[in-house]
Amino acid sequence: MGERILMKGNEAIGEAAIKAGCRYFFGYPITPQNELPEYMSRRLPEVGGVFLQAESEVAAINMVYGAAGAGARVMTSSSSPGISLKMEGISYIAGADLPCVIVNIVRGGPGLGGIQPAQSDYFQATKGGGHGDYHMVVLAPSSIQEAVDLVMEAFDIADQYRVPVMVIGDGMIGQMMEPVEFKEPPKRDLPAKDWITDGCKGRKPNVINSLSLQPEKLEEMNWNRYKRYEKIKENEVKVETINMEDAEIALVAYGTTSRICFSAMETLREEGYKVGLIRPITLWPFPTETISKAADNVKAFLTVEMSTGQMVEDVRLAVNGKVPVHFYGRTGGMVPSPDEIIEQVKALGGGK
Amino acid sequence: MIKVAGRPESLTDKQMHYCPGCTHGIIHRLVAEVMDELGIREKTIGVAPVGCSVLAYEYFNCDMHEAAHGRAPAVATGIKRVLPDKVVFTYQGDGDLASIGTAEIVHAANRGEKITTIFVNNAIYGMTGGQMAPTTLLGQKATTAPYGRDAEKAGYPIRVSEMLSTLTGVAYIARVSVHNPQHIRKAKKAIKKAFETQLEGKGFSLVEVLSTCPTNWGLTPIEALKWLEENMIPYYPLGEFKTPEEVE
Ligand SMILES: Cc1ncc(C[n+]2csc(CCOP(=O)(O)OP(=O)(O)O)c2C)c(N)n1
Ligand code: SF4
Repeated sequence: MGERILMKGNEAIGEAAIKAGCRYFFGYPITPQNELPEYMSRRLPEVGGVFLQAESEVAAINMVYGAAGAGARVMTSSSSPGISLKMEGISYIAGADLPCVIVNIVRGGPGLGGIQPAQSDYFQATKGGGHGDYHMVVLAPSSIQEAVDLVMEAFDIADQYRVPVMVIGDGMIGQMMEPVEFKEPPKRDLPAKDWITDGCKGRKPNVINSLSLQPEKLEEMNWNRYKRYEKIKENEVKVETINMEDAEIALVAYGTTSRICFSAMETLREEGYKVGLIRPITLWPFPTETISKAADNVKAFLTVEMSTGQMVEDVRLAVNGKVPVHFYGRTGGMVPSPDEIIEQVKALGGGK
Repeated sequence: MIKVAGRPESLTDKQMHYCPGCTHGIIHRLVAEVMDELGIREKTIGVAPVGCSVLAYEYFNCDMHEAAHGRAPAVATGIKRVLPDKVVFTYQGDGDLASIGTAEIVHAANRGEKITTIFVNNAIYGMTGGQMAPTTLLGQKATTAPYGRDAEKAGYPIRVSEMLSTLTGVAYIARVSVHNPQHIRKAKKAIKKAFETQLEGKGFSLVEVLSTCPTNWGLTPIEALKWLEENMIPYYPLGEFKTPEEVE
């Protein structure tokens, strides 16, 4: 570690997982994330790990479910239509309180959609996706370096809270090349995995399960899990704010669109517009407080997404009517340009 | 009370919830006895299905992992790949294995996953109340086949053992029945052989066990055993379909 190397996003994510101790990968091909399983199929055997191309995303996530139950650090990756298929397994993994990491390199949808970058899986990632009362921690990097850092931390977050963690990117993050350095994530106190099913030698048998036929019991389990989610909300929110000290218009964007918003903001600042940027890094837990506090100082928000408007709902909840929240979106795999965003901000009066 | 036979160590003392006359309980016991005899209880991880045996994790006295409907072979694959030195088995009904989970069982078998599947074929969906299964016989009534299964509309009952034994990755496949003591003994032998096949690292092994569902067949336990013998065995012939000896 310590040395900077030029890497493609998908491959850097794979290497970060290996550096974080992931030795098992189960996946199924789908564009635009194929370099990730391909990389794992090359690298995992070199480090004594296992790569397996499953027969489907459904099988892949259930292999993850088994491997996580057996105590392994395990990962899968896919893109939107494949993630839909994985939702069954993710609900079971959440229900059985197992840690794992899932990478979603989002493409345009719904249905087969297209293969270009999109952010239209926000609802699915942050609001459930699968059935039942559960959450995943959702991490949204905006650079390859951040993707690497977040993937390494994702395994620790998963282990600490026994939850599935999704790292969400898009074709840009997956395909782009940037220099990266692999740094150890901040040390965490991780609980012992005394619940795993690896043969009951010297102890009572363990059961990994999400079934609970008594409603009282299931309710109690769900509230207990909810308490864990509350802890995650307290401890794990990550958000970057830029130029917010004197901002009158706050752009809100994550991942690829936050980079575009950053360029737009720089140009606007040069022209004297008081524009800032709030970049959620964790989409769940959402940086509600940061946005709510910003709402006391800015005149308006502009949420920019590659969707018809998904995260904007969380921004509106956080702003809670204090000031207007506007939305600008491109969808279907269209990527907004900085000029489009500049135009939107100017149309709002621009904070000059 | 006179103790006729002891409970195998590989079963918990939890009372099973199966209906009177249901042969799921016998099959559990056979698996547990085999685990005892092979001395593998403490290195075994069982994967429970969705179906009447959904609570199998409460009955087997070993580490257990509950799977989603049909996905047990994928879950077992994940476990076995992490723990290649342990013994991993799935216990699945016919709806679980031959309908929603067809892809998972075919591909686990084809990969030659070193796991053992106990496939309980009772020709019906028990847990959800007697709907048609892929294994329901032609003419057999089910709540979703009230006029009897008609091949024209619902296709033909799937012979899973025959189908899977065509796959190269498979090391052992047998179909057995538990309708009388003699066959129960044969069933146990097959189950033992399946586990031994796994222990020897030879590949995928599966034992299809013809089982009764008196409740949803609308028969008494005795009638159900007779119905199994007279109707299921002719369509689902018993025997070994593939053995490791053949593979070698
Ligand atoms: C995804 C999903 N679909 C449907 C069900 C409902 N379901 C529970 S058990 C079952 C059928 C089980 O039948 P089988 O595997 O033959 O086992 P048996 O109950 O006969 O032992 C079904 C359809 C479910 N739990 N999950
Ligand atoms: S419903 Fe059928 S398969 Fe299920 S326990 Fe009762 S008899 Fe057995």
